[in-house]
Amino acid sequence: MAEIIVVTSGKGGVGKTTTSAAFATGLAQTGKRTVVIDFDVGLRNLDLIMGVERRVVFDIINVIQGEARLNQALIRDKRVDTLAILPASQTRDKDALTKEGVERILDELSKEFDYILCDSPAGIEKGALLAMYFADQALIVTNPEVSSVRDSDRILGVIQSRSKRAEEKRPPVKEHLLVTRYDPARVEKGEMLKLDDIREILAIPLLGVIPESESVLRASNTGTPVILEPNSVAAEAYKDAVARFLGETRPMRFLEPERRGLFARLFGGRAA
Amino acid sequence: MSWLDFFRGRRQPASAAAAKERLQIVLSHERISRDGEDFLPRLQRDLVEVVARYVTVDAEKVNVSLERGADLSTLAIEIELPGPKALKRAS
Repeated sequence: MAEIIVVTSGKGGVGKTTTSAAFATGLAQTGKRTVVIDFDVGLRNLDLIMGVERRVVFDIINVIQGEARLNQALIRDKRVDTLAILPASQTRDKDALTKEGVERILDELSKEFDYILCDSPAGIEKGALLAMYFADQALIVTNPEVSSVRDSDRILGVIQSRSKRAEEKRPPVKEHLLVTRYDPARVEKGEMLKLDDIREILAIPLLGVIPESESVLRASNTGTPVILEPNSVAAEAYKDAVARFLGETRPMRFLEPERRGLFARLFGGRAA
Repeated sequence: MSWLDFFRGRRQPASAAAAKERLQIVLSHERISRDGEDFLPRLQRDLVEVVARYVTVDAEKVNVSLERGADLSTLAIEIELPGPKALKRAS
């Protein structure tokens, strides 16, 4: 039986798709058979972030409507052989996504995969609700910024009351906090919410902190999950988060600003 | 990236050019199909139907793959036909 993980945030632009791509790739690299599903019907982007946009033939809506088989719509990753991507539809109406259809797909994927990641769209509309409905675990992606923290709190409430586990009064969805775009230098100057503040407000277990990093944009430019980027602090932080998710204990890194001398400031670039 | 990077000699190839090229290819395809109907499911069904007129086809053994490019795209439809042994077993 596969473990279903939703990657969600409420707010847009905080790094859900970046996280979905990185986390799925990281899990697959440990040998876990992993599939990542784009739930953002009409505005798909996971295919671009994963670099498979030219290979999309069928999508989740084609499968739900019986126009293609699941295996035809799955795109097998060429870099990590235990990884697959199920793209969202770009042209169809959001209403085509149904609870029954999603359940059927998840059941079928459960037979072949160990982990199913659901990349949620922003907001709390149908796509976001369906992405979280069947989840066993949730990665809550949060930026150190007031509106993001508030929206994360809102989505936590939705998960706790409207997920299948909540409706069936089973043990609740296991929640993990993943803070992204964290800038320790700005935190030190008092310009950005501290990690401890976010943890205190949201009060869910911390899985990882991804520092603000230039490599995230570089990775998206080339269609590479950022976890595969060499010499990237974001990649290292995602690897730590994946290891913690799988039960390893690893200290949090990249929480302090880089101390650099005059020479490094003159000749070094910014955080990779 | 600072101008001093020039001297540091560890310049990575600029990725923004790759971003632009990827966007141009994917958007040119999406703009064409935006208003058009999604024809692939029907194309697949029709093809299988035609082939099935001549040989036995297992609908589960049909694979469609697409590789989009700037100048041309390749659409490959692979239909696996059962061999004589499988046919004998079936009958």
